[in-house]
Amino acid sequence: MSHEPLPSPEVVDARGLRCPLPVIRLAAVARDRSPGDVLTVWSTDPAARHDVPAWARMRGHVVVENAVLDDVVVETAGDARPAPDDAGPPRAAAQESTTSVPDGGTTWAITVRLGG
Amino acid sequence: MTDTTTPPRRVYLDNGGRALLHPLARTAFDQALDDGWADPRRLHAEARRAAVLLDGAREAIAAGLGARTEEVHLSPSHTSSLHAAVGAVALGRRRVGPGIVVSAVERAAVLHAAELATSSAGRSPERATAQAPAATASSVTAGATDGASPPLVTVPVDRFGRVDEAAMIEAVSSPGIALAALQAANGEVGTVQPVGAVHEAARRAGVPLLVDAGAVVGHAEVPGTWDLLAADPGDWGGPAGVGVLAVRNRVRWRRRWPEDADPWFPGGVSVPAAFAAAVALQSVLADRAAQDARRRAIVEKVRAVVGQIPDVEVVGEPDDRLPHVVTFSFLFVDGEALVSELDRAGFAVGSGSACTSSSLEPSHVLAAMGVLTHGNVRIALDRSTTEEDVDRFLAVLPGAVARVRASLGVSGL
Repeated sequence: MSHEPLPSPEVVDARGLRCPLPVIRLAAVARDRSPGDVLTVWSTDPAARHDVPAWARMRGHVVVENAVLDDVVVETAGDARPAPDDAGPPRAAAQESTTSVPDGGTTWAITVRLGG
Repeated sequence: MTDTTTPPRRVYLDNGGRALLHPLARTAFDQALDDGWADPRRLHAEARRAAVLLDGAREAIAAGLGARTEEVHLSPSHTSSLHAAVGAVALGRRRVGPGIVVSAVERAAVLHAAELATSSAGRSPERATAQAPAATASSVTAGATDGASPPLVTVPVDRFGRVDEAAMIEAVSSPGIALAALQAANGEVGTVQPVGAVHEAARRAGVPLLVDAGAVVGHAEVPGTWDLLAADPGDWGGPAGVGVLAVRNRVRWRRRWPEDADPWFPGGVSVPAAFAAAVALQSVLADRAAQDARRRAIVEKVRAVVGQIPDVEVVGEPDDRLPHVVTFSFLFVDGEALVSELDRAGFAVGSGSACTSSSLEPSHVLAAMGVLTHGNVRIALDRSTTEEDVDRFLAVLPGAVARVRASLGVSGL
């Protein structure tokens, strides 16, 4: 999987995806990164705020922040809301374009520093 | 592995809270339909026969729980037992204060009743955790609480699901607490709670302790350290439609519902259901020790074998636990898909994953423990569950997990 260098922290946009897809998306991006890299996942799935830290613990990563993303019009690349059953590899992380929060629900932003 | 063989008989491994009906309960229910169909409150011979059966049921249940017969009240369900207990004690002790202390892993019925009781003083519930007793100046009961503690205190648990004993003791010892609630053991993950120590602290503080023993009675020793005790016949092989609430005479409570001949549960309960529940209880208490050893050994095997499957968390306290409950979560697995996959293979299991509920919220128990909530499987062994049943389950499980992971495109993560 190819990727272009991105400013840190890189954002994995998993809004609109149901468990366990946000964690899978994040893990797929993390696989191609190096220890010490910092990733932030955005999720509207309430399970993600529990499962991302559990995944991080199982993989030796460290959660640096777990917060609600409030009233932010988020700028994302391309399709910000893939179908819930879309299990393909993650798209490139956030860049330009102007899609706002998908379903009006709460968005959690969980930031992880990758371990060795 | 091939799935071409004809599927053998179904194996029901979701016995928590709704176990298979005990064979003797079925016989007793049938008998009570003949002898106890009448309304036990009336005065004729038919009614008296029903009343005899009902009184006998209460007496047998009381003996099984270590309670006095007059302390035992029969309810329509475990949920209604818990709702009534929380609501009536909160109301009866409102002069002491509005506070209710609960563990974070109490049954939803306890948590929801506590939220309602602490908000019905005219304010929305102010939640707090025992770790962070932030000073939310509550004016609900000026004076009694010194304005310091919020009405609903939720005490956190550790990674095993065991409540923070010191924090719970501190919380129940605070001023303005009407009621504390701590389950005897958690039915989702099997972890036994420190009820004795918390009850001792609550007793010193004069705070009644509600012990939800719904996952324990019939499986493990019932603690004697309680002021209110709720038990669930559906969990020990009794029929649906009856619950048990035991209340020590010293507990101050006040009903939130209209007056009735049965002060706790207006309208009474089904006599055949109560009688069958009592017969089942006597039977499961008689073989509890043997079933404890047998089921504990099977659960040990499940924990060991499942632990070998890649990327799994076997959750709950490994030793100080219920003998028949075991729970685990698979990373990168959709819980609903896994339950369906196992169902197709002939195995009924439970799950606390959000994907298996309509609410999107995962199990509050798994969340409070900080363990993986997706890909969750919960099994509870009945007395009739054989080791062979479980061996077949263990043979099918790794393939089912692999298929669900493959369908999600997960590999090398």
